[in-house]
Amino acid sequence: MIEPLRHDVVIVGGGGAGLRAAIAAAEADPTLSIAIVSKVYPMRSHTVSAEGGAGGVVKPSDSFDEHVEDTVSGSDWLADQDAVEAFVAEAPRELLQLEHWGCPWSREPDGSVAVRPFGGMRKERTWFAADKTGFHLLHTVFQTSLRYRAITRYDEWFVTRLLVEDGRCRGVTAIDMRTGRLRAIAAGAVILATGGAGRVFPFTTNGAICTGDGMALAYRAGVPLKDMEFVQYHPTGLPGTGILITEAARGEGGILINRDGYRYLQDYGLGPPDPWPRLRAMELGPRDKLSQAFIHERQKGRTIDGPHGDVVHLDVRHLGERLIDEKIPFVRELSRKYVGIDPVHHPIPVRPVVHYMMGGVHTDIQGATPLPGLYAAGEVACVSINGANRLGSNSLPEILVFGARAGAAAGAYAREQRESRRGTLEAQERDEEHRLRSSFLEQKGGGERLAVLRDEMTRAMEAGCGIYRDEGSLRGAAGRLIGLRERFSRLRLDDRSGPYNTELTAALELDFMLDVAEAITHSALARTESRGSHQRTDFPRRDDGRFLKHSMAYRAPGLPRIEYLDVVITRWPPAERVYGG
Amino acid sequence: MKEAGTPDRTITLDIFRYQPGERATPSFQTYQIPYREDWVVLDAINYIKDRLDGTLAYRWSCRMGVCGSCGMMINGVPKLSCAAFLKDYYPERVRVEPLENFPVARDLVIALDDFIEKLPRVHPWVVREDAPPAAAEYRQTPAQLDRYKQFSMCINCMLCYAACPIYALEPRFIGPAAIALAQRYNLDSRDEGREQRREVLGAHHGIWDCTFVGECTTVCPAEVDPAGAIQQAKLSEALSRVKDLLTPWGRR
Repeated sequence: MIEPLRHDVVIVGGGGAGLRAAIAAAEADPTLSIAIVSKVYPMRSHTVSAEGGAGGVVKPSDSFDEHVEDTVSGSDWLADQDAVEAFVAEAPRELLQLEHWGCPWSREPDGSVAVRPFGGMRKERTWFAADKTGFHLLHTVFQTSLRYRAITRYDEWFVTRLLVEDGRCRGVTAIDMRTGRLRAIAAGAVILATGGAGRVFPFTTNGAICTGDGMALAYRAGVPLKDMEFVQYHPTGLPGTGILITEAARGEGGILINRDGYRYLQDYGLGPPDPWPRLRAMELGPRDKLSQAFIHERQKGRTIDGPHGDVVHLDVRHLGERLIDEKIPFVRELSRKYVGIDPVHHPIPVRPVVHYMMGGVHTDIQGATPLPGLYAAGEVACVSINGANRLGSNSLPEILVFGARAGAAAGAYAREQRESRRGTLEAQERDEEHRLRSSFLEQKGGGERLAVLRDEMTRAMEAGCGIYRDEGSLRGAAGRLIGLRERFSRLRLDDRSGPYNTELTAALELDFMLDVAEAITHSALARTESRGSHQRTDFPRRDDGRFLKHSMAYRAPGLPRIEYLDVVITRWPPAERVYGG
Repeated sequence: MKEAGTPDRTITLDIFRYQPGERATPSFQTYQIPYREDWVVLDAINYIKDRLDGTLAYRWSCRMGVCGSCGMMINGVPKLSCAAFLKDYYPERVRVEPLENFPVARDLVIALDDFIEKLPRVHPWVVREDAPPAAAEYRQTPAQLDRYKQFSMCINCMLCYAACPIYALEPRFIGPAAIALAQRYNLDSRDEGREQRREVLGAHHGIWDCTFVGECTTVCPAEVDPAGAIQQAKLSEALSRVKDLLTPWGRR
């Protein structure tokens, strides 16, 4: 039996949140041993795909209260206001920290950082690095992390399970993908920083790696998943691929038009259309309302038929070539490459696309989950600052603020921990090894094909848990998921080998996604109201009396158990969301 | 999954296969799949993995040219498979191999250890002795940003190493992406680390190994121009050496 590897803090995931957590832990105590365990090299993490920018109050015209208010009203009052206040206070510090580390933020002529408007904001506060903000943020934090000797990386190690001993999280098991061998990694504390789960749906901006791994790992260890029914559809994805066209295209002045060339958002409480551009109005309304407006336009027959489904047009032609190339060059590059449209001369076809999970692993304001020793930060977590609909450009500062908080908290916790008892983690490792062999690598019967099950899962989620849901559609999805879970037990892999068995890891990802899909569906079924991104056609009103609460999905035998937790209100009592005007 | 197009037409891919132990003799495997006009090579490979052969191993994630995972040799040219369109090859066959100049871990998966080891050697972070401004940014004008911006666009996809004839012959060469990154920080108005980086760039297997073939710049999907970075670094190193000679006591 091989001794487990040992570290004080083990971070699962090497994107923005994981790297920021690692640096925070190392800075708090340079004697700590910190490991980043990730199924991909850090610079492949999905943070890299974020485009438009990062919100943080820095300009004299802006204020703390306005960022809180935009975030809280954007969340349809489901965000915890103590968490939002902490977030808004720390976001500028974190973005400045990035600046000091070398992030190439776009600048004003005087050399100060530039900001741009984003949807749902009453002030311009989005820092940006042209329209590859996530890419620059990730590479800056990754390159800076290379300075810290306390950080050890396990690149391309796939975490399969959390190790729990005496009610505390004590490490993980992970497959070293290069060899295919499973190893236990013991830890004083574990931080989940695995990102989102957009791949649960068929049409998503998310990269292939966004499979909800950390959510499922925590859920299986008894930790509740919070607010999972809130799935953000971004209004502007490229048809076919789902590639994101950033909100910055509208922040810079782009407009959305239907088949008649009409700026349809004025029909959905976001107008009047002029003057334009105008903050918190029309195309700079919140994402949930813009995506919902698309569905209504489609029902009215006013969208445009395309080879990959209905679209509307995002028109930036009036901005001119120079501004497009300076401020949103990636929009031009992606449009030309993937839909053959040069936005300088033609409008871009777009449709709503699954983008972000507001829900995730339940944590407190320090990133701690209810399981001692387990922390979470970034999209995998739900603190919650995003509530029922995330404000655009809050996700990048979120991974920094709460990554840093979780890193510091987990480091402090790990310092107090003693080594686990000899042999107990090894026993769990043996169990896990046996599970992988019997379920996947030495599976005898069955003939179910991985990609078939995955496609059916994503189609079930789209049909049942899309922008508009009702009891019938959700029950349909729940039923299909039960069938898929049963068929998954008869999965048959082509690949039974060790090194880079990416069919095995894809199967483990599907295993995770089926759990996440279950939590989404049942949380949505239980919430009989409409709020933010969760729109029930059978319960079209917000119901603060019953549902000014977070959903908490616990894994249970049979179906998940849904409980509720009160939302924290500090200074902003629930009110109507007002945009436009 | 994209379904538009004409499923009756097909395209043939010859894909490099290798697996330590079980398939230890490298070979090509041929797959015939439906041809779709809007597919990239990565879509074709995903089709094969999902429907025909789950044993094929390769890396991918963002499918939009920014994560840098999916570099492969496509008909002998290093490319991101998410940005290589089938229509540019159809009706000819497409040959897909792992990136050249790297050890193959399995099938289309290369071992990245060499680059990962080289990266920290060029100190790709802001080096400064004084503390940063309190609660404020370093001022950096748009013109100062433009000096290094291009070299900050590298996605670490390794296409330039696969294209570099020097790296093919001398694996100790620090290589195009690492030098471009060093130069990115050298040119950043916030950085003072140029002297530190000279120890790697100016040393044996640093910039002087490069004979300015320029293939790195040709294949770069992010328009970084590593060859330009190397030329700039050479010029600045040459000037520094002259200065070292004239003021030997000035060199730290």
